[in-house]
Amino acid sequence: MPWTPSTPRPRRCPVRGDGALEQLKREGRIVVVGASLAGLRAAETLRAKGFEGSLTMIGDEPGEPYDRPPLSKQVLLGKARADRTALPRLRSVDATWRLGVPAAGLDMAARRVRLADGDEVPYDRLLIATGVRARPWPREEEAELDGVFVLRTRDHGAALARRLADGPKRVLVIGGGFAGSEVASACRERGIPVTVAERGASPLVGALGGVIGAVSAGLHREHGVDLRCGVMVTALEGDASGRVRAAHLSDGSTVETDVVVVSLGALRNTEWLAGSGLGAGPRGIACDAGCRAFDIRGIVTDDIYAAGDVARCPHPLFGYQFLSLEHWGNAVAQAGIAAHNMISESTDRLPHMEVPAFWSSQFGVNIKSVGVPSMGTEILIAQGSLESRRFVGVYGYQGRVIGAVSFDHGRWLPFYQELIESTAPFPPSFPTVDRHPDGQRPMDADFPDPSVPSHGPTVTLSGYSPADRRITFIPAH
Amino acid sequence: MVRIAVDLNRCQGYAQCAFLAPEIFTMHGDEALLYDPEADEAQRAKLAQAAAACPVQAILVDAVDAVDAVDASAEAVSGAR
Repeated sequence: MPWTPSTPRPRRCPVRGDGALEQLKREGRIVVVGASLAGLRAAETLRAKGFEGSLTMIGDEPGEPYDRPPLSKQVLLGKARADRTALPRLRSVDATWRLGVPAAGLDMAARRVRLADGDEVPYDRLLIATGVRARPWPREEEAELDGVFVLRTRDHGAALARRLADGPKRVLVIGGGFAGSEVASACRERGIPVTVAERGASPLVGALGGVIGAVSAGLHREHGVDLRCGVMVTALEGDASGRVRAAHLSDGSTVETDVVVVSLGALRNTEWLAGSGLGAGPRGIACDAGCRAFDIRGIVTDDIYAAGDVARCPHPLFGYQFLSLEHWGNAVAQAGIAAHNMISESTDRLPHMEVPAFWSSQFGVNIKSVGVPSMGTEILIAQGSLESRRFVGVYGYQGRVIGAVSFDHGRWLPFYQELIESTAPFPPSFPTVDRHPDGQRPMDADFPDPSVPSHGPTVTLSGYSPADRRITFIPAH
Repeated sequence: MVRIAVDLNRCQGYAQCAFLAPEIFTMHGDEALLYDPEADEAQRAKLAQAAAACPVQAILVDAVDAVDAVDASAEAVSGAR
């Protein structure tokens, strides 16, 4: 119909369509499943960006959102209490909190989340930030022995810290990834004898490769850890009262221990979405770069978003592979992007393009990383030296810089992040300060064959189907 | 009580916080930072100084009281409003 001056249309913002978005922001219902770091930061962002409707936060744990990194560090050292790590509130979220009850189902057509207690919560926009949980010891009767722990939640941290304070005879850590290494480090700092059993050739090998893994192994041993690599724990044995007393290893040896910390990585909390039609599976929830979740047909939804450890989304810097990241910074950044996009017109949406970054501190050394080291095939020590355990290692993949790791050299990492972002050539063509001549040659980064069991990296490059386990990089357990 | 979190991706170990509020922030080794995630109300001013002095602005401190969250969870009602 031709436009005529006699039929003036109500003036709205240009490209603002039918006003549905304004209505959503004014009186819509947004539900966030997962009341941890990503969920809280998303809620704060929604309010900061002018969302005035109702906000419901659903969390399976009873308390308010708390910070996890201190649990394996300050808390185990006895320098902070596990029940006192609640996250600071950056702004008021004015939400209805449904805590202590997990989500149990999703009806995408009716736009409702079903809770484990039978309640149903309707939404106009849904954010899924259900994260991961600790992978339990596979044999249930052994996992239930007194003295066998995992470390993921505040309750886990409190229980393990209590037991460490009692002065156990020996702690056995199963798995030498970042979390397991931090536990071992805390034990040694408290003077507790500790054994680490790692299936791979060295600690951290899945995340950082064998060159750096060897440095980590040296740190473990120098600090008095009884480090056993290339072995698996085959069985845990309890005494008559149901307390763990020993672990049997695949090399035939036995470790007498009264505390076992199972540190075998994490499982994504997606089971509650089974049968919902959402593209969720053991690899996480597939979403687009704007955090909108895919359904199982590969069609992107417009009302369901994912953020944090449970999300996996394509990253242009890493070949558009779906990345899932168990990183604090990723949860914060992705939550902010998801929240923004939930209440934005399609043309105003933002992509989640944060370069992965994480930190760990263990045995007095600050380890930081940017990019995706586990994608690298070569490594070059650009600054410092492996021997001094103060260095920056740069990872190369197909002639470009793909990641970097620092040991007590964190201040240099932003520079290497820029190289990753600009797909700079590898090996780097410029001289660096604090460089050692023998470090300037690229060498094999020595990542384990992904088909050989070892601990998995915290960065996972995964395939495209949510159910597909034959993927590019297989986390081991 | 004031809650604290530090974005340790940002933190580059300048240790300004450890000078200004040593009861809360300590260096652990040459570069790693350890902090108490909860400080007493009496330390709020010092904490604010430490957060402001951080060259990379990595220290996150309560900007609002979170008591409402705890209360709301106790009275959580069925469904959203």
